Amino acid sequence: MTAGFNTVSMGTGRKEFNPKKARPGLEHYFKEAGQGSIKQINDAENVDEISIGNFMAARFNKQANLPGFAAYIDDKLQWKPSISVEGACGSGGLSLMYGIRSVLAETADVVLSMGIEVQNTVKAIYGADILAGAGWFQKRKNGHAYFFPGQFSDRAGAYYEKVGMDKARAGMKQWFINSIENARLDPTAQEYQNQVPDLGALYDKFKPNGAAFVDNLTVLDCSKVSDGASSILICSEEGLEKLGINKSDAVEVMGFGHVVRNITNDPEDLTELQTIKKAAHKALEDAGITINQVGTIETHDCFSIAGVLATEALGLAPDGGGADYVAAGNTARNGAMPMNTTGGLIGWGHPTGGTGVHQAVTIWQQLTGKAGKAQIKISDDRPYGMTINMGGDDVTVVSIVYKKP
Amino acid sequence: MTYEDRLQNVSVLGAAGKMGSGILLLTAVEMADLSLKPENKGKSFVLNAIDVSPEGLAGLMKYLRNQVRKIAEKKTVWLRKIYADRDDLIENYDIIDEYVFDVLNVVRPVTSMAAAYQSTLVFEAVSENRALKVKLLGDIDKNNDNDAWYFTNTSSVPINLIESEAKLDGRVLGFHFYNPPAVQRLVELIVTDKTKDEVQNFAKEYAKNLRKIIVPSNDFAGFIGNGHFMRDALHGINEAKTLAEEKNIPLYQAVYIINKITQDYLVRPMGIFQLIDYVGIDVVQFILNVMNPFVTDEELHSDVLDKMMLQGVKGGQMSSGAQKDGFMKYKSGRIVAIWDMHKQTYVDIEKFKDECDDMMGELPSSAVSWKSILKNNKKEDLLSAFFSDLKKSNDLAASIAVNYGRRSKTIGEKLVSDNVASETDHVNTVMLTGFFHAYGPVNNFFD
Repeated sequence: MTAGFNTVSMGTGRKEFNPKKARPGLEHYFKEAGQGSIKQINDAENVDEISIGNFMAARFNKQANLPGFAAYIDDKLQWKPSISVEGACGSGGLSLMYGIRSVLAETADVVLSMGIEVQNTVKAIYGADILAGAGWFQKRKNGHAYFFPGQFSDRAGAYYEKVGMDKARAGMKQWFINSIENARLDPTAQEYQNQVPDLGALYDKFKPNGAAFVDNLTVLDCSKVSDGASSILICSEEGLEKLGINKSDAVEVMGFGHVVRNITNDPEDLTELQTIKKAAHKALEDAGITINQVGTIETHDCFSIAGVLATEALGLAPDGGGADYVAAGNTARNGAMPMNTTGGLIGWGHPTGGTGVHQAVTIWQQLTGKAGKAQIKISDDRPYGMTINMGGDDVTVVSIVYKKP
Repeated sequence: MTYEDRLQNVSVLGAAGKMGSGILLLTAVEMADLSLKPENKGKSFVLNAIDVSPEGLAGLMKYLRNQVRKIAEKKTVWLRKIYADRDDLIENYDIIDEYVFDVLNVVRPVTSMAAAYQSTLVFEAVSENRALKVKLLGDIDKNNDNDAWYFTNTSSVPINLIESEAKLDGRVLGFHFYNPPAVQRLVELIVTDKTKDEVQNFAKEYAKNLRKIIVPSNDFAGFIGNGHFMRDALHGINEAKTLAEEKNIPLYQAVYIINKITQDYLVRPMGIFQLIDYVGIDVVQFILNVMNPFVTDEELHSDVLDKMMLQGVKGGQMSSGAQKDGFMKYKSGRIVAIWDMHKQTYVDIEKFKDECDDMMGELPSSAVSWKSILKNNKKEDLLSAFFSDLKKSNDLAASIAVNYGRRSKTIGEKLVSDNVASETDHVNTVMLTGFFHAYGPVNNFFD
């Protein structure tokens, strides 16, 4: 993979964001992200296929048939195959998987893989309806007004019972602090301009309140409502040559895991992210490595509790030990396993259908030394990066392992 | 009769007006919420929105639709529980739409007063005209067999006069909302010697359900809120006149200066002339006229306001909530020019601003803005530091401000000594919650 690009993640937190003013729509984000990648290669003509990850443009933007926007990015992409894939917040990961499979099947040498979502078209209370589509609609009626926060509030509640609320929230608090501090290092992050001096004190000030929001989470435990898009090129070795791209500017895809869970079932254990566990292990096995060889991970922290639980699912922390693991600073940028180094979904932002691709772009930046101020040191004995992109409540998961050039 | 029963048939008089529409909104929501409770299924709840203006009522319904939607969006968590048994309502969209309909479905917009004959509770929010209020309430009560209760929103007419003249023996009280009722949390509650306990108790429960803060005021014209504001406004106008004479500057420049001092130096949400414009020059004049006959030791009157009215400059707000031009001309909420009463035209601030600012002197570096301080927990210390710097300063604006703060305190203390308010805390609460001041007028900052 090479030539990654992220637009700004736009929404509350960005100074230029004003909900009362008209904003750029889908078209803008398609063009900005797509051209962002194309400008890094010699000729758009060399792109063979385009894959687009998007969750709910049909409702947020009343727009379907997204493949046609590929040709809007660049005239040279007209008359080429383009496809839109959907798996809720895992749509970006599916877009990557489409590209990877196409290259592996040798039907394409270069796939432009994109992810996009423009969500600030409705108020949060209606956005919650739209995002609830990531769950089983038959369960919507009995769900929370803020459906997904409700789902993960239940997970947090179960985790509080398992390990104790104070311990759990100490981990979630550190996850939040890491997210914002990392976001401050990436100019495209939604929380880039965040200047709150004492993030821990801020977190402590907010108490979960079920009457106003959900029982076990506050807004600081949640990812952002974002407009944004990301894109990256997935290439064979021939493809890289054709594009005139140096191998030192590309990361190698070493393995992947792509797994789904029955959406009509409730999770067996609310404190376990089973699908993430299976997908991640598959990806590591496919790459032939262990988690200890991974230098950095981008994981799907749509809620702080999901970040904490992911450390357990990945085997970094023992069962019930995730909160302590995070609270001890292990996932911080200078910790044992730097995670979400540009802020993740809580700090960088969460343009739902775009997130999977954004994660890949971040890993590409870190492994090729292009992460700017957010750059961490990737040592030669741990040259791998990993992404985990989740759709719905641990339903559709794509995990990919990458290697630095 | 229970609380619910009392609220099954309600009328609001003057429902399309600035205050009436807010009272109607809050009452409609309260009634709809009662109707949605399982124990009240099957009961009908009717809220007559009575107004002389059909156009006004059409506008009212639009206002209600928008406002109720906003309210519903904020309490969707609760609404999902209320509509839990409605299988057809699944998404927040569905539920919010249904709630908007259910609230509007309580409201009957009518131009005929006769609708109120069936009511058990009548809110009166017609114009501030004693004879009109007495006639309407008296006529309704003659035709109403429900032992109805009357809540008047008058901000100036003594309740005992309405009570005796309309023959409402013990069934009327003053329930004075602040503008806009949907936002302002303060309600002044004024009872007479005769007001029945059950009427008072209901008023308190109703206020509590609307999440309002009640401040009791004694039954003197103007009550606490206008008792302070009107005298404060007259002081502002007189300060402007004095300043114009002493400094030999046109009155509009003095208006600019006094308005700026009362906002920036006294740390208020808006300057005194902007507040007069906000309330409406016509309304201020009207309230002064209502109050003046009841006070013996001062003259509550302003020839400047009379002149503005003669020149047709009235201020107030458009139905959209936008500010109409008054002493000052506004452009998207900002003051851009001041009315020149001699030439009868607005003069751009830019033309004289620098000159006036020079005359005023520098704002001390300890100055704080109203917005920054309102919720600051070091508010008292910060204000104290700023105001003591003002006291030390010889600048024109600083000395006017200190004098103004002292006058404001005197007004507050006089409200207590005149027995309009029973304690200074009540005066301070009214100014803090009803006028959004950052500090109460009765304080030690300017001593």
